[in-house]
Amino acid sequence: MTAVPERARRRDLRRALVDNPAVVLTFVFVGLFVVTDIVNRAQSGQAFLSPKQVSTTFLYAAVLGLLSAGQTLVMLTAGVDLSVATTATASAFFVSRYGTEGSAKAILIALGVGLAIGAVNGIGVGIFRVNALIMTLGISVITLGVLTVEAQKQFTSLVPNDVVMLGSGRFLTYVPYDLLVWAPVSALIILGLRYSGIGRVIYAVGDNPVAARLAGVRVWQVLLVVYALSGLLSAAAGILLVGFNNAADLGIASPFLLPSVAAVVIGGTSIFGGLGGYAGTILGALILTVLDSLLTILNASQAVRQILYGLIVLALAAIYARATAQSD
Amino acid sequence: MSSAPATVAPPHRAPDFRRLVRRHGWTIGVYLLLFALVLYWRSQTTLPWGPFDVQSLAIDALPLAFAACAQAIVVISGGIDLSIGSMMSLVNVVSARLMVDAGFEHALLISVLLVLAAALIGALTGLTIVVTKVADIIVTLAMLFVLGGAALWVLTIPGGGVPAHYASLITVDTVGTKWLPAAVVVLLGAVVLFWATVRRLRPGLALYAVGSNRSAAYLAGVNVPAARIAAYAYSGAFAALGGLALSAASGLGDPHSGDIYTLNSVAAVVLGGVSLLGGVGGLIGPIAAAFVLTLVKTILIIKGVDQNWAQVIQGTLIVLVVMIGGLAIRQKGKSGG
Repeated sequence: MTAVPERARRRDLRRALVDNPAVVLTFVFVGLFVVTDIVNRAQSGQAFLSPKQVSTTFLYAAVLGLLSAGQTLVMLTAGVDLSVATTATASAFFVSRYGTEGSAKAILIALGVGLAIGAVNGIGVGIFRVNALIMTLGISVITLGVLTVEAQKQFTSLVPNDVVMLGSGRFLTYVPYDLLVWAPVSALIILGLRYSGIGRVIYAVGDNPVAARLAGVRVWQVLLVVYALSGLLSAAAGILLVGFNNAADLGIASPFLLPSVAAVVIGGTSIFGGLGGYAGTILGALILTVLDSLLTILNASQAVRQILYGLIVLALAAIYARATAQSD
Repeated sequence: MSSAPATVAPPHRAPDFRRLVRRHGWTIGVYLLLFALVLYWRSQTTLPWGPFDVQSLAIDALPLAFAACAQAIVVISGGIDLSIGSMMSLVNVVSARLMVDAGFEHALLISVLLVLAAALIGALTGLTIVVTKVADIIVTLAMLFVLGGAALWVLTIPGGGVPAHYASLITVDTVGTKWLPAAVVVLLGAVVLFWATVRRLRPGLALYAVGSNRSAAYLAGVNVPAARIAAYAYSGAFAALGGLALSAASGLGDPHSGDIYTLNSVAAVVLGGVSLLGGVGGLIGPIAAAFVLTLVKTILIIKGVDQNWAQVIQGTLIVLVVMIGGLAIRQKGKSGG
């Protein structure tokens, strides 16, 4: 008799996990922060759990958060965008190239480039039905090649002051300026996915493209919009990143490619589409950022960092898959 | 009525040939493309054919050919392996460290052990996928980090070395003729071995069954987890051969030497006629595609095109080929009903 309530409670917990990954992920995030705090106190006698460090974590996380925002939208349609990092690099490159001509123009050009790259991906995947992996990969290779050629011609690296401020400054002591970009975008995506027509259709296409088509959804238009948005969001991430680094180089965003996928997966969005949302991804980005800080504090070499990073992403994904498994 | 069998027999033979073309049309197309590229490549130089040409092509294309085989096997079984590049880097640096002062026989022994170890790591990856039920792309992405980190841990900067005789496996005539580098023989041997064990034996056919329809394969009594683990073990072994080819070609170990091969192997597999949906294709197509991709770049560089533009053109070509291929398949689907 005691086994029944026990099982029921476990099922309830599982339901809660599936329905609100954000709650669980918040616990993981806070827990990881506390661990980092303990390690930091042991290493250097300083607290990590301070308003300053919380602020820094959000400052760092904004770039990954925006890159994985596009990735979330794409993965909800059962695709993947491997061009996000290169698109961000292209955006960073164009911001610094046109930096001398005013920050507004530079930012607009960068966003336009991102939108264009995303639209090409969308045309390939949506209209020509190219496998998303191949299409975005090919576009990434092409973009990087063009950028390299362009960079050899002329490389002015003037990042406008406004962009630097946006990417690395804070106001009211603790609030990073880049939150002014990230927070509204997040709200828009979370609310848009839940309440807008296109938001619901994105889930429908990811869940079952054939059923969506038969229900009257123009699937190719949805895919085009999603990939274009991913390009635009990646470009925004590139602008923040070049502001943070205060210089553009062609490898500036490449370390973010795999974390952008990892953040989405940790956030509970299914790689098979139709399941998940951006709230989880935000926490995924925050968790990965704290993890990065922890590995920095541990003074781990690049090699050890990579190994631990991979293992922890794997462990989180495995725990998540186990917790949310449909079968008992 | 009695003449019916006689009239039936000839048309039965004709569709057989058509079936061959239909089934392998894409692969035949890739070989024709390769043939055309080789002719064009030769027409660009006035020098006569020589072993040197074969060798230089082998040096450039062999690592990718092995990587393409590694990727093809996993994709056929319905998965994808993003860790191939890191596995190649890892085997490259470990071999360069172990072989730096070794004799030739010793180096060969190390090679065999490394291939076996890589197969074991691949099997572990497969086991993780099967046990945790996490998507292939995520597990292998994590392994890309883990193995890449391990490669950096073995050698932070390029270094190490291989015996001169070992390096000549990929260049000059250590075995056989002047025209056929030993590494090509290894590639052919590996493919034949794969063909023998996978295409002709039950456990191997399971790879195709699992890649085609996992549920149906399970219901037909196929050991699905075993087949998937085997695919990743094969992938590890082929990636290791690719890493060893890198060692022989460059003569040293570089922790980033394999980086480009994860993505290029996917491109070669798609160009080689293996469906990313699984269950279709072989190794012959991807190998040809690896040579095509390498030759395109070689030709462009011979033509004086900037290396980066060559990359752009190569990327555009991949995308276009896949787009046209997708359209062709859809067209066929429409006409075939």
